[in-house]
Amino acid sequence: MLNIVGHKKIWFALSAVLVGLALLAIVSYGFKESAEFKGGSLWEFKIPVSQPSLAVVQSEFSNTLHIPDAVISYDSGNQEFLATFSTADEATHQQYLTILNNTWPSFQELTFESISPSIGAGLKNNAIIAIILVLIGISLYIAYAFRKASRPISSWKYGWITLLTLFHDVSIPAGLLALLGHIQNVQIDSNFIVALLVVMGFSVHDTIVVFDRIRENLLAQRGKVPFEKIINDSVNQTLARSINTSLTLILVLLALYFAGPTDLRYFVLTLLVGVTTGIYSSIFIASPALALVSPKDAVK
Amino acid sequence: MRRHPGLFLCIIVLVAIAAGFFVYPKWIGSQYMPWKLGLDLVGGSHLVYQIDLSNVSSTDQSSVVSGMRDVIEKRINLYGVSEPDIYTSQSGNQAQLYVDLAGVNNLSDAINQIGQTPLLDFREVEQTASGTQYVYTNLTGEYITGAALIFDQTTGQPQVQINFNSDGAKIFGEITAANVGKPLAIFLDNQLIEAPTVESAITGGSAVISGSFTVAAAQTLVGRFNAGALPAPIKLINQQTVSASLGIDSLKKVILAGILGTILVILFMLFYYRLLGIFAAMALVIYIALTLGIFKVFGVTMTLAGLAGFILTIGMAVDANILIFERIKEELKRGLPKASALEEGFRRAWPSIRDSNMSTIITAAILYYFTSSFVRGFALTLLIGVIVSLFSAITTTRLFLRVFLKDKKA
Repeated sequence: MLNIVGHKKIWFALSAVLVGLALLAIVSYGFKESAEFKGGSLWEFKIPVSQPSLAVVQSEFSNTLHIPDAVISYDSGNQEFLATFSTADEATHQQYLTILNNTWPSFQELTFESISPSIGAGLKNNAIIAIILVLIGISLYIAYAFRKASRPISSWKYGWITLLTLFHDVSIPAGLLALLGHIQNVQIDSNFIVALLVVMGFSVHDTIVVFDRIRENLLAQRGKVPFEKIINDSVNQTLARSINTSLTLILVLLALYFAGPTDLRYFVLTLLVGVTTGIYSSIFIASPALALVSPKDAVK
Repeated sequence: MRRHPGLFLCIIVLVAIAAGFFVYPKWIGSQYMPWKLGLDLVGGSHLVYQIDLSNVSSTDQSSVVSGMRDVIEKRINLYGVSEPDIYTSQSGNQAQLYVDLAGVNNLSDAINQIGQTPLLDFREVEQTASGTQYVYTNLTGEYITGAALIFDQTTGQPQVQINFNSDGAKIFGEITAANVGKPLAIFLDNQLIEAPTVESAITGGSAVISGSFTVAAAQTLVGRFNAGALPAPIKLINQQTVSASLGIDSLKKVILAGILGTILVILFMLFYYRLLGIFAAMALVIYIALTLGIFKVFGVTMTLAGLAGFILTIGMAVDANILIFERIKEELKRGLPKASALEEGFRRAWPSIRDSNMSTIITAAILYYFTSSFVRGFALTLLIGVIVSLFSAITTTRLFLRVFLKDKKA
């Protein structure tokens, strides 16, 4: 049996470092908002025959199309270019299309998206409302799920720790995306918000399975065995299922990441990191934290 | 179910096989209800127009919006799009009109024309030897202050009342005076929408079109007048165009990822749980067939995000099995005989399964109600998937185990 609760300081320190770094990345770099949130144009295209370099495409955008604020990136795996620039109406878009078709006859438009800043602000608002509602909904549910657990660990302690691990599981992938935004110009859109919300759901999912077992064992053994031991036993008893339930999800996420469409890449990456963090936190953070807040003088 | 597990299992398996044929995009499955695919998978455009209603009185606003919707639907039909998906939403003085044109490419000029303010005008009708000719007049939508649905006081028939401003009243008076007894044609976007016969010169600035209208038909006409007359500028504020080639590529890749993910999950379950894993694998295949069947029966539009949501549920659907199998293992260790270990395992794993899935259900439900179309697809498939997987865990797997894992003596 693994002494997980006994080594809680190591796990707490590790998480504190990871969450600290994640928050630091978010605070210092911020998120790169996609056109979807701040308004603007997103243009994905291929130039299969001519295969111009990124610099050539960049200069075409700034010198021929006269879009000084265009940011262009190149995905070598799919040989696709992605240009982002300010909002363009359909007539302008057509004009650009004609010019680029002249320069490179093999120019091939994959997607074009243009969003006005007001719509973007609305979408962002909706995303924030959704986050708040999910947090409220999950908190209420946790309160409901643990309503019967009163002694020796009161139900609000289960609730707060579940919310704490939720914060832990969300901040780490969010920090990663902030970092990726800084070094690779990865932008966040509503898919990113959705991924975080889904991570919240799964995080609670995992924690509830362990806490359910602790609750059950506490009812059966309290007074006979120290809390720390009950909690450590419970974690060990549920270890296989905690890991396995998330592992099957990780397997499909890996399939989606490596074989799925590139449009979903960062969505899937956020989920992968969040779900992996979720396994870790449900085993190494949630239960040891519960041991920390439980009364010490249980065995009389 | 407890008495005849074999019978119920046969029913579930047969339904799943039928669902499998139904959802498979070839053979029989393709003949009934084709899959509805989102424009991110077949290519097409998602357009959002904003209608500025700040100069329209609040009583006319809904009529203008529905009229605009109607006009735009007609315009799109001209471009040969058979089933455009158009919907509107309104907040304050701004209305949004969403147009989804799936499976259509090169709509660039259409995109511009769709969003133009509708043009309403009146034309005189002349019968010549070569046929009917329409002669332009000076009277256009800008002279109209609005239209309303009214009912004839004696017959109760629905009628359409048009009100003109003072200049409009004058022009309309002159035109009607010159055309008594003849029809006067009303065009919207150069399409004839109505040609009522002028009974007498109308100088009061208000005309009533009577005819054998149904209420709905009269309302449509009112909407068209209002859309063409009232000052509600419309502009394109959001467009998303996906090329057909990228759509097909995404579809192929996401299906491949789904199959790959399913195989990985099945291999894991077989490797880790051996015999029990076989039942979980079979239950998973049944789950996939049934869930896809539900999507298809209810006409859920499958988008890339929606398929991603469904693939996630494939990884989650076995969760319940894992929780149950681990419990069964524990009960067996405690020395219970197989059959009771099985029932006990199911019974004791159930609260965990229910509680842990509930948080995902809450998340998916909130996402469904508070987000836009693309995220919605994801939320919907996730929600349906989790609910079906709960069913699958407590019925399908349980029936499998009851039928195949009996104690020798029992």
